Amino acid sequence: MSLFDYTLKELQEKLHNKEITVTDLVDASYARIKEVDDEVKAFLTLDEENARAAAKELDEQGGDNPLFGIPIGIKDNIVTKGLRTTCASKFLDNFTDPLYDATVVSKLKDKKTVTIGKLNMDEFAMGSSNENSAYFTTRNPWNTDYVPGGSSGASAAAVAAGEVFFSLGSDTGGSIREPAAFCGVVGLKPTYGLVSRFGLVAFASSLDQIGPMTRTVEDNAHLLQAIVGHDEMDSTSADVEIPNYTEALKQDVKGLRIAVPSEYLGEGVSDEVRESIKAALKVYEDLGATWEEVSLPHSRYAVAAYYLLSSSEASANLARFDGVRYGVRSTQAENMIDVFKYSRRDGFGEEVKRRIMLGTFALSSGYYDAYYKKAQKARTLIKNDFDKVFEDYDVIVGPTTPTPAFKVGEKVEDPLTMYATDILTIPVNLAGVPGISLPCGFSSEGLPIGLQIIGKHFDEATIYRAAHAFEQATDHHKQKPALGGVKG
Amino acid sequence: MSEITKEQVLHVAHLARLAITDEEAEKMTKELDAIIGYAELLNELDTDNVEPTTHVLDLKNVMREDEPRKWIDREDALKNAPDQKNGQFRVPSILD
Repeated sequence: MSLFDYTLKELQEKLHNKEITVTDLVDASYARIKEVDDEVKAFLTLDEENARAAAKELDEQGGDNPLFGIPIGIKDNIVTKGLRTTCASKFLDNFTDPLYDATVVSKLKDKKTVTIGKLNMDEFAMGSSNENSAYFTTRNPWNTDYVPGGSSGASAAAVAAGEVFFSLGSDTGGSIREPAAFCGVVGLKPTYGLVSRFGLVAFASSLDQIGPMTRTVEDNAHLLQAIVGHDEMDSTSADVEIPNYTEALKQDVKGLRIAVPSEYLGEGVSDEVRESIKAALKVYEDLGATWEEVSLPHSRYAVAAYYLLSSSEASANLARFDGVRYGVRSTQAENMIDVFKYSRRDGFGEEVKRRIMLGTFALSSGYYDAYYKKAQKARTLIKNDFDKVFEDYDVIVGPTTPTPAFKVGEKVEDPLTMYATDILTIPVNLAGVPGISLPCGFSSEGLPIGLQIIGKHFDEATIYRAAHAFEQATDHHKQKPALGGVKG
Repeated sequence: MSEITKEQVLHVAHLARLAITDEEAEKMTKELDAIIGYAELLNELDTDNVEPTTHVLDLKNVMREDEPRKWIDREDALKNAPDQKNGQFRVPSILD
């Protein structure tokens, strides 16, 4: 049994009773990385020397908060002071010395977690499979022929493979929940504005959120608790009262009103996924919750609206990568305009260029109203769908993805097929509501299936309550992938 | 139905400050045409009386005193720069 098979609570007891040390935890993390990361390929950068020094110091100091001394992996679009941050882009290959920590990283340092390293992703978080990393493709620990999902694919894979206890990802259209589903872990996209985006390299500012990825719902609630809160460095950070998320887990789900959108079990959703969700609904019935079918009638417009809006925002956000202040500059350029043009040509990968082009087009003179503004209006209709359902229900439940993980290479040729992977997660970002994915079964090929639970704005507590009740009634989260031929 | 032309793609690439080759422009034309074609699905929606959503939360301006604070000093600001001289970012001349 690995140390990371214990819950946070159990680990803290062991630390407190001096059965284990923080150094043991950090050793376990690097030992597991050495053992399996050749297969999983989750880490872009390791911070071993600093992590071991930090562990030693924490062992001397001691401390008692739920996260004390726990090894964590950080997605590589979250800025870490002095620790290379590349967004899995060649453009930032030489960005070895970031000047500050993202707010979430500062908050975790306050809680004395230990950063093990930076996790691979789709370049600038644009992708659903990790195949858009400029470095290498992270693999699904359950079967390394398959993708781990994206863009926080390595954040999910590293947790599933037991390389770190937990991790941070980011989610713009499903980038936490889809890989969580594919890798069989728990991933939450918080309500827009709940977690500070300061220090998250911006992709689409009106959609991006950082969130926790863990093995269990309870651990997820602990990690969220540590990173939430108003931040004056993020002008879209919400100033709301923060509940105690772990307290919420103690309540049962009797009388919980669940809505199941017919659009989420319809065309394109595989039979195995549909059966898993139906089985999950049966579990909820047995626990005393009720469910009814509802409609989110504008769901089919979400992917189109999302790609116009997120790409438009990305085209503006990525204008900062100009080869002047940081990043890689083309050596061919002789004048200023060519510094921009050639540096961006050399530094950005194909998908990033495609989205910058799409966004620039949608925002360009003569097309703005037809595409960008039209998409913003579609977003309103999609958001209204959710508002209406939440008048009568506590949570919305459905699959996280239409199918389990697909094979590496299967969808790379056709951007539109790849974009459709996120059809069930994108509407959640457009509406700004929170959503979680947790394991609810396995396909005949042994690949995890994810259950998505969506809540009202700032009602993560109810999502956790519903997720925890399901998890405790089932044992999907106790399954572990076989890596190196041995069950972890 | 929109039809994206190669000329449009070259124009957009210039606006986006992306150098692209002729072959890339050809490929991008097809891909963007397919994506934009798909996005025209939105034309099915009657949005005449619908307000656009820019942000899901009710955002309000946050005011604070305009006071200088210590943030990043010059030396730090320059340390990730591809080129620098005399405490400034160095770039090619913008005048011929």
